Amino acid sequence: MKIKKGIPLIDQHDKNYLYGGKFGGNFIPETLKKPIDDLTKLFTKLRKDKKFLEERDYYFKNYVGAPTPFIKLENLTKYLGGAQIYAKVVSEANGGAHKIYNATVHCLIAKRAGKKYIVGDTGAGYAGKMLAMAAKKFGLKCKIFMGSRDIKRQRPNVEAMKKNDAEIIPVKTGSQTLVDAVSECMRYWVSNCNTTHMCVGSTVGPNIFIKICAFSTAQISRELIKQIKDEFGRIPNKLKLMNCVGGGSSAMGFWNEFMDTNAEFIGIEAGGPKNSKLHAAPLTNKSKIGILHGAAQYLVQDKEGQVGSIESCSAGLMYPGISPLHCFLKDTKRAKYTSATDEEAFKAYQLVSKLENISPSLEPSHAFAEAIKIAPKLKSSEVIVINSCGDSIKDKDIIKKKLGFYIR
Amino acid sequence: MKSKITLAFKQCIKEKRPALITYTVAGDNTKKISLKILNSIAKHADILELGFPHNTPIADGGQIQTSSYRALKNGIRLKDVFHIVKKFKKSNPNKPLILMGYYNLIYQRGENNFLNSCKISGVDGLIVVDLPYPENKNFAKKCKKKSINFIQLLSPTTSKERIKKIIKDSHDMIYYISMLSTTGGKLKVSPKKIIQNYKKIKKINRKKNLVIGFGITNKTISSLKNSDGLVVGSQLCKVINDSIKKRQNPVTKLSKLVYNLKKQIL
Repeated sequence: MKIKKGIPLIDQHDKNYLYGGKFGGNFIPETLKKPIDDLTKLFTKLRKDKKFLEERDYYFKNYVGAPTPFIKLENLTKYLGGAQIYAKVVSEANGGAHKIYNATVHCLIAKRAGKKYIVGDTGAGYAGKMLAMAAKKFGLKCKIFMGSRDIKRQRPNVEAMKKNDAEIIPVKTGSQTLVDAVSECMRYWVSNCNTTHMCVGSTVGPNIFIKICAFSTAQISRELIKQIKDEFGRIPNKLKLMNCVGGGSSAMGFWNEFMDTNAEFIGIEAGGPKNSKLHAAPLTNKSKIGILHGAAQYLVQDKEGQVGSIESCSAGLMYPGISPLHCFLKDTKRAKYTSATDEEAFKAYQLVSKLENISPSLEPSHAFAEAIKIAPKLKSSEVIVINSCGDSIKDKDIIKKKLGFYIR
Repeated sequence: MKSKITLAFKQCIKEKRPALITYTVAGDNTKKISLKILNSIAKHADILELGFPHNTPIADGGQIQTSSYRALKNGIRLKDVFHIVKKFKKSNPNKPLILMGYYNLIYQRGENNFLNSCKISGVDGLIVVDLPYPENKNFAKKCKKKSINFIQLLSPTTSKERIKKIIKDSHDMIYYISMLSTTGGKLKVSPKKIIQNYKKIKKINRKKNLVIGFGITNKTISSLKNSDGLVVGSQLCKVINDSIKKRQNPVTKLSKLVYNLKKQIL
């Protein structure tokens, strides 16, 4: 299995839409074949359409607020005394996270497809919030599927969805979290695919949704590669790009433009509560390949193929599978994956929020935890960049409950 | 040799009526009861579909989800599913039984292993909800080699060109999904329109047994009589659910329902 140079990663699949011959594909009910084919054709056309790309860039600049800042974390660097630590503060994007890129592009596509309704799933609530915002901006009616448990623990984002006129559909089946929200959203689409466009919130699901999402979040690394060259005059020899991975959309966007460079990719999965066997880290824990939401991927599951129970303090990382693109990056050894526990994430949140002007949400706090672990062992000539892809404000309640206080 | 599925359809044609096809979930609500249900409804139904439950069923509506979760909670495993089939076939050797479910369970067990277990227990056909054409070509071939029917699905969104290709590659039975919906949705298309679409597909190859499913209940079944077969699933799951809630015997309740369904298509 090999990654080809000079070809976008999202296009490195075979005729069955499998990456590396085994990840991804379209394991979908017959009813969705046509809508997915239609969407695939439309997206293939739009990707080459200058006007569409101009439109995308226009909204990324004037609506999302590109570029997001790239800053040195001076205090954290000093405190850890090793590698130089930087952050790409993607949480400064409109709405507060990277999910705005995918949401914006999906709305632009829905408009081109002549659809008036758009539906999406959400875990941490960012994907839902951004889709609600973008739908409102582009005049689409929006429904968001969200697990009942996540509705309770991610209040601020739920409020934001309501403010943007989205209808929130609580999902009460299974674990009542992201995995169930994605399933329920797909079911809704099966029943309404003739009138409704579906946005999958991450680089998961049937192939076309993986493509659209990674195409959208790639904006992060388009900005970053410029910012890094401005800062260092070139891409540093020893550069580590660290990103949390749940479904894997922000990491894909963070790494995309660096694919053919020497930059090292490190993905951090949710290790779950310390000493518990529950985690959402299929890559770190050598899970077997399974099929979830239309795609083959490493999957937390039992021997028979029932999707396994997972646990994490961060709703956004709580997905039992992982993007087929990350499976591909793992098996080709282009990226390395590890996990951080809930406790490590809370500690990292605390340290970064105390020392710096940014305050990462619990998702990127997993990536910061890994940076904090390895930075002291590295030379000062080495550079670590962390994608701070969400803001802690959405986790205020969870953090207060766990630590007894909240700082930002 | 003709398959048991083909023979069942032949018999129905002789009796000038569509085949009645039922769907229940293996292990709902226990292994024992689901076997009892099969044995009892087999008196009225022509072909039985048995779901092997998955905990992330992306194409199923509320009723079948509830049945699946309940069966899994009660500890149903694949080996139990095959055990139920084997026992059922022992007392009903000529009644066709079709297993229905999601691909991940087949993938984890290994396609060949899964098919061997099907063969040994006496499964006549397979419906794999999330393994569409043409991705299912290889697996369908493997089924054929073992004389197990791989049942292709068609939906209102399937293009005419695609329908032709799928029919060409199909075995003894094809499943037409009546409307854009998960299982158990309310029939949102008129039966007349469904039969119109049905006839268009039937015209392509009259020899293939084409059945209709999704949204069919005792209220709608008689209006769809003009077909080779009709599948009722969610209503059966609902009756199991209701009778558990009311502490009634699901076996007799289901038997009664299937008897009524049959009466309406005679």
